[in-house]
Amino acid sequence: MKFGVVVFPGSNCDYDCWWAIKKVTGEKVDFIWHKEENIEEFDCIVLPGGFSYGDYLRAGAIARFSPVMRKVKEFAQKGGLVIGICNGFQILLEAGLLPGAMRKNKNLLFICKYTYIKVENNLTPFTKLFKKGEVAKIPIAHFEGNYYVDEKTLSEMKKNNQIIFRYCNKEGKITEDSNPNGSVEAIAGICNKGKNVLGMMPHPERCSEAILGSEDGKLIWESIKISLAKERAERIK
Amino acid sequence: MFNAKIYISLKEGVSDPQGVTIKHALDSLGYKGVKKVKTGKYLQVELEINDKERVKEEIEDMCKKILVNPVIENYTYKIEEIKE
Repeated sequence: MKFGVVVFPGSNCDYDCWWAIKKVTGEKVDFIWHKEENIEEFDCIVLPGGFSYGDYLRAGAIARFSPVMRKVKEFAQKGGLVIGICNGFQILLEAGLLPGAMRKNKNLLFICKYTYIKVENNLTPFTKLFKKGEVAKIPIAHFEGNYYVDEKTLSEMKKNNQIIFRYCNKEGKITEDSNPNGSVEAIAGICNKGKNVLGMMPHPERCSEAILGSEDGKLIWESIKISLAKERAERIK
Repeated sequence: MFNAKIYISLKEGVSDPQGVTIKHALDSLGYKGVKKVKTGKYLQVELEINDKERVKEEIEDMCKKILVNPVIENYTYKIEEIKE
């Protein structure tokens, strides 16, 4: 089992992802330079946070045309697991692998703080170790995380259970105050229809060790590991 | 040679927090009658192509492919010939 962390010019959470995956799963993990066009050795692709291409034009708008993204798209279409965190989420939106778009935060500030998110769907390869409705403490750090999607698409997403995380308070209630950036319906993370592509603004790699104040992010890496192990066992059978 | 002036704005219904903030600033400076402020982007693309129709096709293609995010943005453009 091997994880691949894509490095774009301007990625800055790549090493954190690498570290968290290595530490939590104990599995192999390697960096993938954005010009790479062969990603066959990888079982899960991570698009990390940062400011790819300086966020010029729109966050993620230029990174989506990096050579590696063509391969990531093919990989996702074949059912491969792809997780985009923060800027990685923005890139997945720009690439059309996930529906919607990001606006500037409602308060026009870069927000860097711990938030609580509620697990709305635990039947995905990324969230299977969470309980449904479980609250996780996990930090955000972004300027463009104000998720937007039109109503028609939103209702389709709801029907398909594609809303994976919502911002909430410590008790798991979704209130106006607990929505840090103004996202439609307090959405913090979504999946594609196939549930093999996840985009989330909060950073699980920043809370995968007790020393960092929360270990809730661990469950995401562990969920992916279990999903991949199961998939492999089925393939061998 | 042609110069394309591209104006990108947020679609109606997509919140524009910068526009709202600028409107508040104008209100507090005493400008009466400001109903709405919308922010956007302005790009200028110079093209070394001599056929205006082709310039238009190229600009349309660029807008659709990368310059504009159709989920939240609209665009218009003007194409002007650059006289040397």
